[in-house]
Amino acid sequence: MKDSLTLLSRIPAHPDSRCWFLAWNPTGTLLASCGGDRSIRIWGKEGDAWVCKSVLGEGHQRTIRKVAWSPCGNYLASASFDATTCIWKKNQEDFECVATLEGHENEVKSVAWAPSGNLLATCSRDKSVWVWEVDEEDEYECMSVLNSHTQDVKHVVWHPNQELLASASYDDTVKLYREEEDDWVCFTTLEGHESTVWSLTFDQSGERLASCSDDKTVRIWHQYQPGNEQGIVCSGTDPTWKCVCTLSGFHTRTIYDVAWCHLTGALATACGDDAVRVFEEQPLSDPQQPTFTLTAHMARAHTQDVNCVAWNPKEPGLLASCSDDGEMAFWKYQRPEAY
Amino acid sequence: MVGPALAASPAGGVALENANPLIYRRQGERPVTAREEDDELPDAIDDREIFDLIRSINDPEHPLTLEELNVVEQVRVKVNDAESTVSVEFTPTIPHCSMATLIGLSIKVKLIRSLPERFKVDVHITPGTHTSEHAVNKQLADKERVAAALENAHLLEVVNQCLSGRP
Repeated sequence: MKDSLTLLSRIPAHPDSRCWFLAWNPTGTLLASCGGDRSIRIWGKEGDAWVCKSVLGEGHQRTIRKVAWSPCGNYLASASFDATTCIWKKNQEDFECVATLEGHENEVKSVAWAPSGNLLATCSRDKSVWVWEVDEEDEYECMSVLNSHTQDVKHVVWHPNQELLASASYDDTVKLYREEEDDWVCFTTLEGHESTVWSLTFDQSGERLASCSDDKTVRIWHQYQPGNEQGIVCSGTDPTWKCVCTLSGFHTRTIYDVAWCHLTGALATACGDDAVRVFEEQPLSDPQQPTFTLTAHMARAHTQDVNCVAWNPKEPGLLASCSDDGEMAFWKYQRPEAY
Repeated sequence: MVGPALAASPAGGVALENANPLIYRRQGERPVTAREEDDELPDAIDDREIFDLIRSINDPEHPLTLEELNVVEQVRVKVNDAESTVSVEFTPTIPHCSMATLIGLSIKVKLIRSLPERFKVDVHITPGTHTSEHAVNKQLADKERVAAALENAHLLEVVNQCLSGRP
């Protein structure tokens, strides 16, 4: 297990600040980072080195918590503690802020594009999730304000191929939403975590969702369609999401992020104990009761809390992580041979 | 961060929640040991050193320190230098004290500013001493909310007042 994760390089991405989040563009050629210094940096590879291609400095008045690339790769959205979300358009090497989305009452914590690129979701400490519609003139219109959570909403993520949205909250729950007659509705609440749910990730098929929490566990939720062979009860035409696995006893502090690689199926976590871990499903385990094995554990991946892990979407095993120490690191993950 | 408790101004014409708190005697200065005087030997950070960092924090309501109000005590400080962890329990003077989150935040900020960055700082209410113990502990443990709170200029000023030495 020791050699399954190898450090490729380490970069002071946001010096003297916190690096909160990383996002790969859809082709895996550019990585966006954001942090407490209110800037976004765009990184690209030159030879073997990752170099800063642009700094998006103007735009936000406070911490930039998360960034997200549009599925076409031509736009970047940024969510900030200044209560706004900025949309940046890529022109050759430069980025231009083409829209500022206002409406949340306070800190915007997360932003995500739907796979079609026509919808954007944001969430905030104001307990709401907003769904925005994008038109061809770069105009953004709020379609729906979802007030299902009772506390701070930490993260939003879209299903990889359906218009289905998931959110994670300080109220310890995960909620799933779908469109219904021009509006969005919460159709199910996933309960089980015992503290704040910090992040979410779908697997490549979208049939599974992983959530990570301040309760130091990761939960794997499996989707069951109405009429499923296992006899899991569904209400009406909505699927049921059931927790089929809990990874506990591995992490010693809050787990801030979880990322499912859509190329290899490996699941990585970012933890407040400074470690990066990777888990894999045992090859012959029952899909209804899967067993996940810890296949990599980098104890001091960073000198402070690890905030984010992000798999490159095109290069299998290339993992990026970032930390409160302001650095980001690139890792090569190789499944252990004995596995 | 944090609810109306932190938005409210602690000073001002509002009636004090606890007008007559019990006042406790301050500890003496820490005796310096022979080992500490030897510059060749490394000194681990110990409980007393952490306590010395937080004992002089001002109470947001009274012209007294957290030590004088017995809100912080050395026995409720636990440090493990080798594992880079610090845990502090604090005891609000009354169980419904609306300043509890602000006091906890001040302790946390003081320790984060003073200690090497490798330390994980956990600040909790002494179990059983506050009606909103779980909610306050959860807010103090949420680094995202703490980070956002410290970007709020008004709140930062209130915290800095608690951390400033007495005039």
